[in-house]
Amino acid sequence: MLGLLAEFADAEQLRGAVLRARHEGYADIEAYSPYPVDGLTEAMGLRRAHVPFWMLLGAICGGGFTYWLEWYSTVVNYPINVGGRPPFSWPAFLPPALEMTLLWAVLAGALAMLIGNRLPRVHHPLFAVRAFDRATGDRLFLLLRVANSNLEARRAHAFLKTLSPLSISEVSE
Amino acid sequence: MSAALPDDALPPVIEPGQNSSTITTEISAVTLERPTGWLWIIGLLISLALSGLLFVGFCWLLYAGVGIWGLNIPVAWSFAIANYVWWIAIGMGGTFISAGMCLARQPWRSSINRFAEAMTVFAVSVSGIFPILHLGRPWFFYWLFPYPDVMNVWPQWRSSLEWDFWAILAYLIVSLAYWYVGMLPDLATLRDRSPTLAKARFYGLLALGWRGEARHWMRFEQFNLITAGVAVALVFSVHSMVALDFSEALVPGWHETIFPPFFIAGALFSGFAMVLVLGIPLRRFYGLQAFLNDRHIVNMAKMMLCAGLFVDYSYFSEIFTAFQSMDRYDFAMTLHRLYGAYAWAFWGTILLNVLNIQLLWIPRVRRSHAAVFLIAIGVLIGMWLERFMLIVSSLYEGFVPSAWGMFWPTFWDLAFLAGSVGLFFLMFLLFARLLPVLSMFELRKLAHQGGSGGVERGGEP
Repeated sequence: MLGLLAEFADAEQLRGAVLRARHEGYADIEAYSPYPVDGLTEAMGLRRAHVPFWMLLGAICGGGFTYWLEWYSTVVNYPINVGGRPPFSWPAFLPPALEMTLLWAVLAGALAMLIGNRLPRVHHPLFAVRAFDRATGDRLFLLLRVANSNLEARRAHAFLKTLSPLSISEVSE
Repeated sequence: MSAALPDDALPPVIEPGQNSSTITTEISAVTLERPTGWLWIIGLLISLALSGLLFVGFCWLLYAGVGIWGLNIPVAWSFAIANYVWWIAIGMGGTFISAGMCLARQPWRSSINRFAEAMTVFAVSVSGIFPILHLGRPWFFYWLFPYPDVMNVWPQWRSSLEWDFWAILAYLIVSLAYWYVGMLPDLATLRDRSPTLAKARFYGLLALGWRGEARHWMRFEQFNLITAGVAVALVFSVHSMVALDFSEALVPGWHETIFPPFFIAGALFSGFAMVLVLGIPLRRFYGLQAFLNDRHIVNMAKMMLCAGLFVDYSYFSEIFTAFQSMDRYDFAMTLHRLYGAYAWAFWGTILLNVLNIQLLWIPRVRRSHAAVFLIAIGVLIGMWLERFMLIVSSLYEGFVPSAWGMFWPTFWDLAFLAGSVGLFFLMFLLFARLLPVLSMFELRKLAHQGGSGGVERGGEP
């Protein structure tokens, strides 16, 4: 068994449930919502992800590489004098470097978002749970990962009951 | 604008009583359950026919060369470049709505941004065809790219045409990434609501396994926010590059420092017009009245008017500067523009881009969807005429009378213009049928926060 899944209708209820679960000592929890819920990240106690850092790194690499390539092609690899223009015409070389700064930032961000979220992942045990179909519609879910023992599962079930969810389902591996 | 206008009586951003359930049901039903209407089929057939014409034109051009168009010396740029600038400009409006207004925290944009962003992707894709075909030997277009080749030839980095290549490339890929990543949660909704296994597989593959985990949302929001900032920088830089294609040339009427801001204003102007032209029928035919109402139309109409006034100021400034500069060539070019062989293009532009939009000052006109739709169509035609006028009226009478010559469009000029419109609508119609037309997760969030329009005037959403 992977864990127990509790269904809620309201974002405030889910946030309260997350806080209660953490207070009860359940560390391995996961919250699901059909829209970004304000304050849920903080309630979960998640560390800030590093997407902005990767985007900055992408921006620096993209701009830097393009600017370097312009220098390399006009100064080192094939210098050619056209009307006395300086080989390294740095102001005229800025526009391509600027566009590549922006492009690489976004590509790095998209990759960081997908890799950080372990996507694409076409199958997941949760998709086998009937109720979970509404996680992308109008319901919010709390998943408690519990150890593979009857005692633990029963305790978790009893705890979830106290949160008065709409339903509780078992998620199998 | 001013609080005294009766616009304060506008409905809230989304209909009161809408919640996650109703939003999900109504919007996903547009894609999943609604039968294909005959109007859609007729639209698709027309766009398919026009796209076919574009394809035939494309093949004929590869065989016979750009001579099938009416361009020649002295008018070496004409329809192709006008079409290119027109289409890429339309894209700018969509990015500005989805990115700029996201940064400005305008909650009403949640109803518009998805199809505005789709419009951007399609418009930029269409626009990219023209500069490539215009190269003359389109099959060598990859020479613009600095790849290590045995000829040891590098691109000319100092040329604004090369900058343009980088600008279009960056803009197309960034728009696609922003649009697609922003659509993942909604694709997941369609996956989970699919009535058949085939549909579930189709949307399941597209959704990449999105589950709406708190961690997913955190990274998703980080990406979306920063990309919005990058996209706004792209709007301004890309269209500046388009303008620099003109102002880097020593041609009277092109060689002007006002061009980049003037072009950006024109881009937003035509982009807002296209959003209205797409949004008003979309709302009507797909029954999206609960999410797209008078408030959105009125706000968009105001933004179109505002961008239009910037454009109108630029027209005035161009003419004023020409006379104030006392440069005889600028002088002559302006007189040709106003009274020459292409005066109809100039006065048509003035009629459609200056006079036409002044009607939007009247609150009753802004509230009439039919009127706003017609004005927006007028703006789109006017903006195309403006690009044509700027290109042709600067070229057809050069510095010496021996270099004067007229441009007349051929059948293929018109076919490529009509075909590009067909290709754009073909992609948009398929989008409206296959992908989520409105951003469901943003509307859910808005509904959760109360969905009121009261926060619109500068408050926190």
